[in-house]
Amino acid sequence: MHSALFVQYLVSGLIYGSIYAAVAIGFNIIYNATGIINFAQGEFAMLGGMLVATLSLSVPLWLAVAAAVALTAAAGAAVERVFLRPVARRGVFRMIVTTIGLSIVIREAALLAWGPSVRTVPFFSGNEVSSISAFGAHFSPQVLWVLGATALVVAGLTCFFKFTMMGKAMRGCAADRDGASLCGINPDFMVTVAFALSAGIGAFAGCIVAPLTQTHYGIGAELSIKGFTVAAFGGLGDSMAAVAAGLVLGMLESFSIVFVPEAYKDVVTICVLLALLFVKPSGLFGSRSAIALKDY
Amino acid sequence: MKRLTLKAEGAGRLVPPAILAACAFVLPPLLGAAGAAFLLTQLTMAAYYVLASLGLCALMGYAGQISLGQAGFFAIGGYASAFLCTRDLGPAASAPLARCLDLAGLLVRGADPYGKALLSLAPWLSGLLAVLLAAAVAALIGTPVLRLKGHYLAMATLGFGIVVEKVARGSKALGGADGISAVPGLALWPGLEVTGGRAARSANFTIAWLVLALGILALANLVRSRPGRALRALREGEEAALAMGIDTARYKLNVFVIAAVFAAVAGVLLTHYNGSIGPGEASSTRSVRYVAIVAVGGMDNLVGTLAAGLVLNFLSLRGVFGNYDDAVFGAILILIMLLSPEGKAARAFHSLLPRGKGAPR
Repeated sequence: MHSALFVQYLVSGLIYGSIYAAVAIGFNIIYNATGIINFAQGEFAMLGGMLVATLSLSVPLWLAVAAAVALTAAAGAAVERVFLRPVARRGVFRMIVTTIGLSIVIREAALLAWGPSVRTVPFFSGNEVSSISAFGAHFSPQVLWVLGATALVVAGLTCFFKFTMMGKAMRGCAADRDGASLCGINPDFMVTVAFALSAGIGAFAGCIVAPLTQTHYGIGAELSIKGFTVAAFGGLGDSMAAVAAGLVLGMLESFSIVFVPEAYKDVVTICVLLALLFVKPSGLFGSRSAIALKDY
Repeated sequence: MKRLTLKAEGAGRLVPPAILAACAFVLPPLLGAAGAAFLLTQLTMAAYYVLASLGLCALMGYAGQISLGQAGFFAIGGYASAFLCTRDLGPAASAPLARCLDLAGLLVRGADPYGKALLSLAPWLSGLLAVLLAAAVAALIGTPVLRLKGHYLAMATLGFGIVVEKVARGSKALGGADGISAVPGLALWPGLEVTGGRAARSANFTIAWLVLALGILALANLVRSRPGRALRALREGEEAALAMGIDTARYKLNVFVIAAVFAAVAGVLLTHYNGSIGPGEASSTRSVRYVAIVAVGGMDNLVGTLAAGLVLNFLSLRGVFGNYDDAVFGAILILIMLLSPEGKAARAFHSLLPRGKGAPR
């Protein structure tokens, strides 16, 4: 393969990988707090992109991004309080099905609010035609924004979970809900925080990638399934592994274009997911014993 | 409070199919006399969608295995049959296989929409092959998929549905985003054809509702049989069922294939009835619809699924939900999860529907 082409695929793999990793981290945060997979995770990323596309028409871009993230985080918290808390004690099955219903409702609401057209978001720096050259390949400066922002999110989350009281409390709840509440932590509140955090991260990912990929109301389902693939790939609940797995999957997807038609790109990803689930459900980096503890 | 009970089990299991069969013959003249014969079209389509939901009811309600891929099997049935019977075998007419088929009377001569002569597989044969294909796919993916539980199972079946949709959308041979149209009618018997159009409307309504009656009768028999009890045991606790000597893996696979066959039969018949199929039939929103209908019906309740499916699909096909069509099904799913079956509101809601036996989940 041409070396410039190779770098080009590499870069596009990195971008996709970062986004999938961000969605996967969202999955993991909620999974650790509640033990469920939130099927509406991809819709949060869609909401982020759509909100910033609308808001950036009237306010500066940085403010639009901040507002989109804040609004989506609030929506995530609200969704948890209104729809998921009442069913939380009635089993995992019910919560999963509720999030499936939510994903449809959020998608349809976005369709009604924004219509079926594809939206564009202004580039964070430069414009459509500005490009950076490296190793013979050309790419948009937005690529650097995506990579930088993803790295920042990962670093920020690590610090949050390691060093802040709230982060430690959330980890405590994930490890032992009853034990945490004996220590004066309110587990219900932590679940709400987890949803807000996860929705916010999803929205942020949706915002930063939107200038490159554009956005429309229907992108959520695919992001959900790919984000889940990545989360499962890395081992559910492990955010650091999710980043590695995200990059692997992104590369796989971008290089798959060499072998299969572009239209089947997503089919490749999903087949990887299915194959992985069949062969090693605990993920590449997860241990079998950890999965045995988490039946669902 | 005394509740209307209509058990889908015991001798009572014969009642719903009997009612359906009676409706199949009585409704067309009745609606015709009322000047509302146009409703038969949507009632026919609704019956086929309900057939797919009934299969899911056995899988999800009785065996407790969630599937978000039911629309995928529906589409495999519809697409495979449409593809096989619209494929022109003219260029290969002299090949040994084609000649054998021709001599056996399995090929039909027709014309495509542009008047070009077509030599293609007989629709009844293509339909049969399509159902077999769906069953084979289900058997193939069922073994690994059904080892998964909870959200892994949900995600894997969702992934399967998306793969089917993407392949349909991305393949030129399957018509891409437009799907396959000009699908000929499927002759069940000389003079009796599954096809659209005004002249065949009431006959097709009768066919559809009789198929539905047969479908629910078969499933009602299944769930009250020994395998049916095994399925319920496995739903309540897989390890316990295993300890009782139930081959859980085999039962799960069998019911998965049965559900796929129901969806594929529905897909084949509806495709020939409509004369077309598009990739939307495989979408995850469709699969969620089937899940929502089974949930409204009360999960392990065939009669409930039947009633909920007929009403909701009919309303949806009539365009009652307008722009909110898909959203309504999502919202229904959320409401059912919030309210049923422990909640009082849900109990009141469920008492409106005839109930099957079995503990609410």
